[in-house]
Amino acid sequence: MHDMAKHDAVAHHAPTSFIGKHVFSLDHKVIGKQYYGMALLAAIVGMGLSWLMRVHLGWTNATIPGLHLLTKNGAPGDVMTPEFYLQLMTMHATIMVFFVLTTAPFAAFGNYFLPIQVGAEDMPFPHFNMMSFWVTFTGFLVLMSSFFVGTGPTLGGWTQYAPLSALGEVGGPGEGAGVVLWALAIAIFCVGQLLGSLNFITTTLDMRTRGMSLWRLPLSAWGWFITSCMGLTAFAVLMPACILLILDHVAGTSFFVSSNIVINDQMQPHSGGSTLLWQHLFWFFGHPEVYIAIVPGMGIVSHILITNMRKPMLSHRVLVYSMGALAVLSYMVYGHHMFVSGMNPVSSLAFSFPTLVITIPSTIVVLMWLGSLYGAKLRINSASLFSLGFISMFIAGGVSGFFLAQPSIDIMLHATYFVVGHFHLVMGVAAMFGIFAGTYFWFPKMYGRMMNETLGKIHFWLSFVGAYAIFMPFHYLGLAGNVRRYQAFSPDYMQPLIPLHKFITVAALITGAAQLIFIYNLIYSRFKGEPASDNPWQATSLEWSTPTTPPPHNNFGDKLPEVFHDPYQYGVESSVGDYVMQASPEKVKSENDEA
Amino acid sequence: MKMKDYSPPPASTGIWVVVASITMTFAAFTSALIVRQGGATDWHHLTLPRILYLNTLVLFASSFALEMARRQVGAFMVGQRTIGQEAPGPKAEAEKPTLWLYVSLSLGLLFVAGQYIAWLQLRAQGLFLNTNPNSSFFYVLTAIHALHVLGGLGGLVRVISRLNRSILRKSTLDATAYYWHFMDALWVYLLLLLWMKL
Repeated sequence: MHDMAKHDAVAHHAPTSFIGKHVFSLDHKVIGKQYYGMALLAAIVGMGLSWLMRVHLGWTNATIPGLHLLTKNGAPGDVMTPEFYLQLMTMHATIMVFFVLTTAPFAAFGNYFLPIQVGAEDMPFPHFNMMSFWVTFTGFLVLMSSFFVGTGPTLGGWTQYAPLSALGEVGGPGEGAGVVLWALAIAIFCVGQLLGSLNFITTTLDMRTRGMSLWRLPLSAWGWFITSCMGLTAFAVLMPACILLILDHVAGTSFFVSSNIVINDQMQPHSGGSTLLWQHLFWFFGHPEVYIAIVPGMGIVSHILITNMRKPMLSHRVLVYSMGALAVLSYMVYGHHMFVSGMNPVSSLAFSFPTLVITIPSTIVVLMWLGSLYGAKLRINSASLFSLGFISMFIAGGVSGFFLAQPSIDIMLHATYFVVGHFHLVMGVAAMFGIFAGTYFWFPKMYGRMMNETLGKIHFWLSFVGAYAIFMPFHYLGLAGNVRRYQAFSPDYMQPLIPLHKFITVAALITGAAQLIFIYNLIYSRFKGEPASDNPWQATSLEWSTPTTPPPHNNFGDKLPEVFHDPYQYGVESSVGDYVMQASPEKVKSENDEA
Repeated sequence: MKMKDYSPPPASTGIWVVVASITMTFAAFTSALIVRQGGATDWHHLTLPRILYLNTLVLFASSFALEMARRQVGAFMVGQRTIGQEAPGPKAEAEKPTLWLYVSLSLGLLFVAGQYIAWLQLRAQGLFLNTNPNSSFFYVLTAIHALHVLGGLGGLVRVISRLNRSILRKSTLDATAYYWHFMDALWVYLLLLLWMKL
């Protein structure tokens, strides 16, 4: 499928200057690493913010040395004010959802490995690709700048519900410039992700090498492709919503603010806006976003597990169809975030039904994993452990989704810690585990060195136990009526829950500290790790067929590979062992030819 | 399994991806407009400035000019065989179709200028971005559309520059043309949306 015109379309010479190589690089591999670096930085910041919040939740009047450096008025005497708690919460969520969970599994790994897995020398629009990263990074800087502008970052939560988000400074600290910067950052982020999605989709459809039919794509490539289709439609809706929100602030329009809102005895100068309009636009993006965070992880984890099981999934196609079904259904369920918004009960029912339906493809995916694992001689390494952890978190977090999907139960549980526990497990921790699994698996290809396995396993067990220790009690707190987004638990009925909050805080601090092992492992292995061979996992897909490790500038040297096999030919007898690589012309017996 | 030896150049797929994404953006704006108009007591339907209809014709004319250019470029490229890599072939004397491209570009600029005049006319009537929800949507939709048109003009400039350097690919020209025609369709849609009382 490669022809000269296409070769011309993407061919760019290897850069020689430092800036061309490492900063404004057109190379998808460098861009992938840049995304990874940004996500790592964002994750550290986001986790740091969560530590501050957790300490405050356990010990409300605790002094946190140096806290005043982060805020002008939010921490007199280094004790957190309620408003500052909300500001930290909003920033934690925004940073994590957008700049970690969206960028790392999708933009970072996808950028690096999608072109290689399809057998291309780069993405078709490298300049757009470079812009995609730098635009996204600009969005991150704009968001972070809100810490240092006016009264600090916005306190409205990552969902930025109107009318609070659209009122301006009168709504509280950070509700003026803070919201504008937030909306601007997210709008910029959307542009970056749209440019990325354009490249991902065209790479998958048009850049596949000879012999690489769609069904011969590895599951990770399918994950990125499906995610990019979701990103294309979801971010294209969030961006206009952010534009309208900004205009409500800076141009005096009334898109989201209704009439007759009085704050501090002042009538607000708005009329006729629809507060629910924001929720509709936001959640039309917001629910697919959940799958944008998790589907790449599904693909990555499937890819890794297959390699370590030494056998393909029970059905390659069913997994792909299920991921596709998740993507399609994700647009039809968004109203389940709005069951208590005053929505007509009939609408609630209409959104509840597809929400329950979406559990079917999710369950099929899980059963596909478990059924394939059954009886497999799984190689236990850091990557496969984190993949198992992903499945575990996805199940544990997903099960509570059954309850929340039903309006009658959701009315009770809405806005409690039950919901917070649910989405942290199913979307947050699961996606993080996908990122970790991908890192341990692909690091050897990206840097030519192995990561330390012992440290990786310690990292896994501390994270696995830690994540459950943190988020399982959330469900109990929610059932006990603990409302989310409260900075202190003064009502009587919440007093008995405070010891549990203290336990969670300690667990969060320990689990967070355990991530330092990962960062140490990354840095140590980057420079001192054991040198990696071209194919350390005896894997089959094209990223392991590159002539050098890390791959050369154009990925495959002089000649693009030709593909002869389905992606996962394990458990066969070939000249190299129990597998045959996609690019190997060798014919083997008992080939598993589903595609 | 039978393998295709040919897959389309990325620009011809990419343009549909771009069109899909812009469609979603304007679908979001549309639903916002419908919701905002539906429940509002403060919606004052404004009379559209008449210059908009003239602008529509200008944009159509620009598309027509680009289509003329595209046909000529096709003939020109046949003459060039593999454009940009080989010496001009026997038919290379076919005139470069830059004239039509410049016409298209100028008409596109004229459209944006016409839109600007429409904004000035509304301002003269005292209708600003925040005057009432209808004027808000008018400015937002026309401005975002104009930004997309300016992006298309950038694409046209790129096409002209690449054609002059004989490195234009047909897929690039086609993609630019599709985008440009899509801007027409989008504009007609927006005009109807703003004209209608929902």
